[in-house]
Amino acid sequence: MRRLTPYLLALPSWMWLAIFLVVPMVAMASVSLQTGNAIDGFAMTFSFSNYTDALGRYSTQLLRSLLYGGLATVAMLLIGYPVAYFIAFKAGARKSMYLFLLLLPFFVSFVLRTISWNFLLSDNGILFGTLKGWGLLPEDFHVLATTFAVVGGLTYNFLPFMILPIYVALERVDPRVVEAAQDLYATKVAAFRRVVLPLSLPGVFAGVLMTFVPATADPINAAILGGTSNTMIGNIIQTEYLTNLDYPTASALSFTLMAVLLVGIFIYARALGTENVLEAAAR
Amino acid sequence: MRGMTQPRTRRDVFRLAGYSAAGLALAACGVQGQKAAPPKADAVADYWAKQKKNGKVVFANWPEYMPEDKGPLEKFKQDTGIAYEYKEVIQENAEFFGKADPVLRAGQSLGYDIVVMTNGIQLQHMIELGYAVPLDQSKLPNFQANAGQKYKERSYDPGNKYTVPYTSGVTGIAYNTKYVKDEITSIESLFDPKYKGRVGMMADAQEIANFGMIALGIDPEKSTEADWNKAGEKLKAQRDAGIVRKYYDQSYIDAVSKGDVWLTMAWSGDVFQRQLAGEPVKFVVPAEGGTIWTDNMLIPKGAANPVDALMLMDYLYQPAVAAELDEYIQYVTPVPAVQDLLREKAAAAKGEDKKALEDMVNSALMFPSEADYAKLRSYTQLTTQQEQVFNPIFQSITQA
Repeated sequence: MRRLTPYLLALPSWMWLAIFLVVPMVAMASVSLQTGNAIDGFAMTFSFSNYTDALGRYSTQLLRSLLYGGLATVAMLLIGYPVAYFIAFKAGARKSMYLFLLLLPFFVSFVLRTISWNFLLSDNGILFGTLKGWGLLPEDFHVLATTFAVVGGLTYNFLPFMILPIYVALERVDPRVVEAAQDLYATKVAAFRRVVLPLSLPGVFAGVLMTFVPATADPINAAILGGTSNTMIGNIIQTEYLTNLDYPTASALSFTLMAVLLVGIFIYARALGTENVLEAAAR
Repeated sequence: MRGMTQPRTRRDVFRLAGYSAAGLALAACGVQGQKAAPPKADAVADYWAKQKKNGKVVFANWPEYMPEDKGPLEKFKQDTGIAYEYKEVIQENAEFFGKADPVLRAGQSLGYDIVVMTNGIQLQHMIELGYAVPLDQSKLPNFQANAGQKYKERSYDPGNKYTVPYTSGVTGIAYNTKYVKDEITSIESLFDPKYKGRVGMMADAQEIANFGMIALGIDPEKSTEADWNKAGEKLKAQRDAGIVRKYYDQSYIDAVSKGDVWLTMAWSGDVFQRQLAGEPVKFVVPAEGGTIWTDNMLIPKGAANPVDALMLMDYLYQPAVAAELDEYIQYVTPVPAVQDLLREKAAAAKGEDKKALEDMVNSALMFPSEADYAKLRSYTQLTTQQEQVFNPIFQSITQA
């Protein structure tokens, strides 16, 4: 009995994974190889051409999604790292307040927050309308319906997921190792570059993982803030599922996106010298 | 490499078992077809014979389709003793159908007794897949007595087997009078380079296809694949020239009232409601024609309270109730007697109310004349096979 105890304890999580991850994934994999239509039904034909067809039609949107996701991730890193650094080392007693402020926007729904940006950035809205009124901006200046708006929206929406893991990693850096570095005549910059930065890399790794994946797959920002050439792969998958009821194409696209993201993550892990991706992410 | 003779470890056995299970599962999972045969006459009678009144009805509708005080529903409750739940959960036909389809396919109930859907592809699917409960005509006396003839003869549901209209409306052009100084009359304005980056089009494949075809002088109802391609090219040129700012869902109305776009494809009632709110928007049916559509009430398969639902559907066809509804939603009512009722009300009213009511009574968009109807086109009826050609043509434009 004693030998079984750990397995019994793990059982709920296995069941969870089996029911909510494995079963839907197998079903989706199955659907991605079927042919047919929603009215007459779909039949399993092992048609791998679903994948090549879908890729042929939507490679532009797939590449665009990766580009947008990547750009947003870089932007988040550039904004998020200093913020995390500030909260971890400079905020002192106000630390928890800053963390709370960081999470505050999450009390409002994701879609609603994105719509608020649409409102704020509107061509003749509070911001640009006023600036145009003062003659500081040309009449046809606009941000909505541009790539900048979509990438900006992604950056805004996922930023806390970048800051928090970096903060956690920085928080764990023992101030004494920085002191030690300075005792050994490292300048502030050198101490950061050679001590703090390497120690915070697991946080950066986790942050990138937690932001790049959802940002790349996100359909909301492109739909609300984008224009005529900002369609992302998430929008396509949504249309294929909900509008066209073309479940095979949608499933094939979802799997393709997943595969591309996984490959990307493993390459990134290799480049960062992380042997085990999941372990690094959990740290 | 390890030979076949070597003993397999426990791990290998697990792995093999796993692969074969996955293989089996892969082959077994499928999405079943549901194509329904038309119901036999006695099956309809059988169904209704088994149902009874439950004193409750759940109504799923679009936003801004019911006065805020829920007047018509409250009266229904008083008259019949049937309690109601009213939910504004339908924003888009495709999205609603996409969510409902797996539930209904699995034989489960949506939890609504009445849903409202436009006469497009998705409504067609609802009927084809057997997701709509065939109606018992004998229990629709108000509908038979008061519905306009046009609303009893609809090509997408002959004989009102599954649906009765809730309201109709027109797709035309809305423009912001603060920015557009010319009077817009033609659909060509949407293709005018003068408005580069300031034109809104709809993302819905059928809506945009209709406007592409109308601009080319093609009647969408009689269109062929060649026509769709021609319309696709025209719309693509419009897009590539940078004239279109964005392909919108319902959010176009905010964009045009804020001035993000100056002119856009639009639904009539939306624009009138904004006008009442004092925003500088105007609605026109283009000289070349616009589209008329109908939102229809139907009872989804598995509904818990079909008898109560049918009673409510019929109740809304009493002229007084229909008038109260239309005064708020300002679309085309299927009950012609409403026009006289509103006229009487206008005669009795004073001041601003009087003016607003008179405007409604005289509005060609709430009460189109035969000449107005002649200018209006309807959606193309598509088979599943045609849909697989039609959708990619227009989606490759809106989702490039």
